[in-house]
Amino acid sequence: MSEQALKFYGTQIASRLLIGTALYPSPQILSDAIHASQSKLVTVSVRREAARARSGQGFWELIKQLDVHVLPNTAGCKTVKEAVTTAQMARELFETDWVKLEVIANDDTLQPEVFGLVEAARILNDEGFKVFPYMTEDLGVAEKLVAAGCEVLMPWGAPIGSGQGLANPLALRTMRSYFPDIPLVVDAGIGKPSHAARAMEMGYDAILLNTAIAKAGDPVKMGKSFAMAIDAGRLAYEAEPMEPRDMASPSTPVAGTPFFKIDNVS
Amino acid sequence: MRITLNGEITHTRAKTLDELCGTLGHGLDKIATARNGDFVPAALRAKTHLSENDQIEIVAPRQGG
Repeated sequence: MSEQALKFYGTQIASRLLIGTALYPSPQILSDAIHASQSKLVTVSVRREAARARSGQGFWELIKQLDVHVLPNTAGCKTVKEAVTTAQMARELFETDWVKLEVIANDDTLQPEVFGLVEAARILNDEGFKVFPYMTEDLGVAEKLVAAGCEVLMPWGAPIGSGQGLANPLALRTMRSYFPDIPLVVDAGIGKPSHAARAMEMGYDAILLNTAIAKAGDPVKMGKSFAMAIDAGRLAYEAEPMEPRDMASPSTPVAGTPFFKIDNVS
Repeated sequence: MRITLNGEITHTRAKTLDELCGTLGHGLDKIATARNGDFVPAALRAKTHLSENDQIEIVAPRQGG
């Protein structure tokens, strides 16, 4: 529906909704929710595999059937070394040089450890990765990530899994204005379709979320709902919303109002 | 030989990382490996000799957000 195509590192992505693959009630519901959401890019991860467990194999087969782009993450990594090695393992496993780079500072807030994030981004970009950094909305950090080679930035909306929506809309608006030509994705903290629509109306290029769909009472219906909200928000941005004003302004013409008297005009 | 495999102390007779993966039944699985914090590409597993107290990670694709 959008007039302008979304591109990450030169690759066109047909949907502005990027969704995670974790926390769904079942693989079937995961698959159905992704179809309903029309998402064409899903996040995945790597985890320890027990002897003879073969649990990764089944998940890999499911993902291949979905016919979507995959974006492996480095979730849970707390150091540069852990993140870099995890990214390297994920590149081999998922056969992509795209990586959602997470370096986590704190278990309670899951906020990005931005110093390590910048360093890991520089190392991975030098190794040929296409880095999608999960970050705060700090402009100084953003500039360093761009200087490190990142061509996409992914500021958080709110802490991962919190469903709080856009905790700092002013900072997100500032970031959009400051980086008009870099694809910006609100990643994490989205709880409802209205949160996603709000970010899209600001001009964000895409939304990345997981819990809001996976933990909904009906993930399939919620996937469709997010798709509609994100389309609506993007169209609204392209349509250039009106400027808000403090005082009322009548929409119905004043001229010709029945019983009109000049005293009625204040 | 005593190694730490995915965070747990384990004893193995495997001499290389490739052998270790084989004894764990990962022969044909889609896995990735690291030794002492460094990524070991699949092609180098057979040449990667294990040493006492090595820290080995063996991972597979999983759901993620």
